[in-house]
Amino acid sequence: MKLFIKNLFAILIVAILFTSCSKDNETETPVVNELDGLIKFKELSNSTHVVELYSTTGATVQGYNEISLRIKDKANNQYITNATVTWLPIMHMTMMSHSCPKSEVKKVSPSGTLYNGYIMFQMPQNATEYWDLKIDYTIDGTSYSVTSVIDVPASPKRTVNTFTGSDGVKYLVAYVSPRNPKVAINDLVVGVWKMQDMMNFPVVDGYTLKIDPRMPSMGNHSSPNNVHATQSAVGNLYTGKLSLTMTGYWKINLQLAKPDGTIVKGEEITDVVTSSSIYFEVEF
Amino acid sequence: MKNLLTIGFLIYCYTFNFAQNNIKTDTLLPIKMQEVIIIGKKAQLFEKQTKVLTTLDDYLQKSAKVGMIKRGAYAWEPTLNSMSTERTLITIDGMRIFGACTDKMDPITSYVEVSNLSEATVCSGQEGSCFGNTIGGSIDLKRNNTVFGAKNWNFNINSGFETNNKQKIIGSSIQYQDSLFYFDTDFMLRDAENYKAGKHQEILFSQFKKVNFSSTSGFKIDKNKHIEASLIYDKATNVGYPALPMDVSIAEAIITSLKYEYSPLNKKINHWETKLYYNTIMHKMDDTKRPFVPIHMDMPGWSKTFGFYSKLNFKQNQHHFLLNINSFYNTSLAEMTMYPANPNENPMFMLTWPDVLTAYHGAFLEDSYFLNCHSNVKFSASLGNHANTVQSTFGLNSLQIFYPNMTAKSNRVLKSFAGNYNYFKNHIQFGFGVAYGERAPSVTEAYGFYLFNSFENYDNIGNPNLKNESSFEGNFFFEFKKEKIALQLNSSYFHIANYIVGKPNPALVPMTIGATGVKIYSALDYATIFNVSLQTEYKFSKYVKSNIQLVYSRGKDFMNINLPFISPIRYSTSILYTKNRFLSELSIQGNTKQVHFGAIYGEDKTPDYALLHANVGYKFTMPQAKVILKLGVENLLDAYYSTYSDWNNVPRQGRNCYINTVFSF
Repeated sequence: MKLFIKNLFAILIVAILFTSCSKDNETETPVVNELDGLIKFKELSNSTHVVELYSTTGATVQGYNEISLRIKDKANNQYITNATVTWLPIMHMTMMSHSCPKSEVKKVSPSGTLYNGYIMFQMPQNATEYWDLKIDYTIDGTSYSVTSVIDVPASPKRTVNTFTGSDGVKYLVAYVSPRNPKVAINDLVVGVWKMQDMMNFPVVDGYTLKIDPRMPSMGNHSSPNNVHATQSAVGNLYTGKLSLTMTGYWKINLQLAKPDGTIVKGEEITDVVTSSSIYFEVEF
Repeated sequence: MKNLLTIGFLIYCYTFNFAQNNIKTDTLLPIKMQEVIIIGKKAQLFEKQTKVLTTLDDYLQKSAKVGMIKRGAYAWEPTLNSMSTERTLITIDGMRIFGACTDKMDPITSYVEVSNLSEATVCSGQEGSCFGNTIGGSIDLKRNNTVFGAKNWNFNINSGFETNNKQKIIGSSIQYQDSLFYFDTDFMLRDAENYKAGKHQEILFSQFKKVNFSSTSGFKIDKNKHIEASLIYDKATNVGYPALPMDVSIAEAIITSLKYEYSPLNKKINHWETKLYYNTIMHKMDDTKRPFVPIHMDMPGWSKTFGFYSKLNFKQNQHHFLLNINSFYNTSLAEMTMYPANPNENPMFMLTWPDVLTAYHGAFLEDSYFLNCHSNVKFSASLGNHANTVQSTFGLNSLQIFYPNMTAKSNRVLKSFAGNYNYFKNHIQFGFGVAYGERAPSVTEAYGFYLFNSFENYDNIGNPNLKNESSFEGNFFFEFKKEKIALQLNSSYFHIANYIVGKPNPALVPMTIGATGVKIYSALDYATIFNVSLQTEYKFSKYVKSNIQLVYSRGKDFMNINLPFISPIRYSTSILYTKNRFLSELSIQGNTKQVHFGAIYGEDKTPDYALLHANVGYKFTMPQAKVILKLGVENLLDAYYSTYSDWNNVPRQGRNCYINTVFSF
């Protein structure tokens, strides 16, 4: 009798285990939403397609912008998965036009409909000057194009520095992330580009962007264990560690150094020099 | 034959000893190791005090083992054997309570009143490890001990006034007892303005106001068991700390407990009490009243403790055992918010205590064994598990700036052992002991985040990787007592390994405006602390007696660098005249020059000082009531002075006249 109960008990346990296993398998089918965390902020339309633009904030702003897009075929409302996309942002100033640093546009996942890249608008629009974005794409050998004005208001905090270095080169340095900084060691991402001509702004390779975060409202104290931003591979954005010991307004003082260590722009913070000529601002 | 005789002799000895012990144990054990300071407001004992309504701090200070670090007129931080809060254990009736202030502005003693207490038991070193781990020793503050008895009501009204800081004291208590029920409730209010140091120098920001209410009630369930519920509510407001850059707008404590007690349970177990307790403390530092501050800030803190203990006294032949099983859970959380001059800027916020949960479970066993009627040995041991969890992700992220590999949890096992030998015969008593004890780093030492120490002028960062601090201790006492003379010599020596102190890290930039640098808590190889005290009492006649107390301490680290807050030679002497209902006392108290100061800890040389105090008291007895009147002058010569233990050398109170009256009926 005792044995019987024991066996029954064992069978029961095994049964429970198996049922729970199969249930687990059923629920494991992944539902990936490509648009997770993205907000549509613009639709560009031509006679054949609608190009939808997305970003995490649902807007574009002066500085670094990561932009995702989808192309919808107007004929069947299907999203195109096999397009080749390039883009060209243009600032229309009163006297001239110029572009800005930008990445290539790449497919996010092979089977998906989303394409993405970044554009770094180094200056904001104003009453008379504006940005537009031209998107050229090829589907099955046919080329299409669509252009529209893009809203680029000024950033409330300083996230872009445009300057001519001691070597005469015109550099652009932009803050990428953390978007939502924490009291912690944050992963810092910045971009460093140079102006080759009005339309070409390639990534600068092999430099170091030295950081020195300070709190001007509190004796200009700094924070420990920061790591200067460097590149992990040619063509990439720069990564470093940004340590923030409290919330509030932080000024991240910068110095841009060449591979040989020469500082092309920026000053070291001392008792008399309380701020560098190039810096980012963070407030949280 | 010889053997037989020996055996016979042994048996004789045994029975003799046994008989002796039975007699001994029925009375109080003459083991002179802990010191009891009588605080009680209750009748006889109370009357003997010179200044009955003085603060608890003042009472404790009478002990040769206790010192007080002062940051102002209020909430002095007790030191025991020259060791402060982290290395000592202060309990209220065995309950663990942790201050909620990151700057140690609220030692536990600041949340109780003299009217709540009957006595304080001061234990040195591992003698004090019954309720938890300690290095320096323990102070257990005992609540009023009302007992069941014949039906009786007792009312008390207390009032006092002190001229120096215009301190007004008013209090009352009601006590009731009968054979099945008792309750005891008291209320006390203190309201003081700024005090004046010698030569009429007003010390700004030294005011305080304190309200305290407490209630205890007991029910007898059976002949040998009863249950007791207890509550203390204490609220201090507008407390100034002249030695610190910040004051306290409010410090509030609610301390509750429920006790179940058997006495005796049976022939073997003569006492068994189990207590469940909860206390919550809120402490808000702010600097809004300070005129010149580089940046305004708030620093609130919260500490909540839930715990229990079960304490059992039992005997087996010549062994007297004490077993205490205890647990507590404490959470400590403190914030700091700084407000920039530009109102459009976000406030600067940080967690200075990252919501740390401390869970402790431990057991303590003591065996007091009577070798014969003149001597006993005592062994004790404790084992506990001390676990910390950083509950706030924000706080953990903050600390990971310094310790990238740090995890939220850490676990420590804490041990302690002690052995003592005591001898007592006729007029002489002596004893010696050795002990080993460990403690875990405090929340500040392990997890503090940019805590500014205005004494050292450094920001301090905790270190979660600290080892346990461990102490080897030796102690000795000798006492001689005859009708006219009593003499007591006490000495203790501590060798503390992994002694935790802040160590400057030149690579770090301070956060506090004007701070010299940043210190990270780290461990010295070891430090040694030596204390010796001599107390004598001589009775000149039936009415006149004189006391002398001499204390010397020395503390240094393994490189012979002086530790901070170590007393130079301190002395006090008094001559007391009592006749019937009249009492008067003249006393001198002082320190020699402090030459062994800890310069690296912000200390400097403190000159010597000597003070003269005088007081008189009289008891009026009426048919239905009794009035005690005490008048006195402290610092009669209005000396301007500060001591080795005054934070930033803030001078102490000048001449102060006081009047205390107690009206009971």
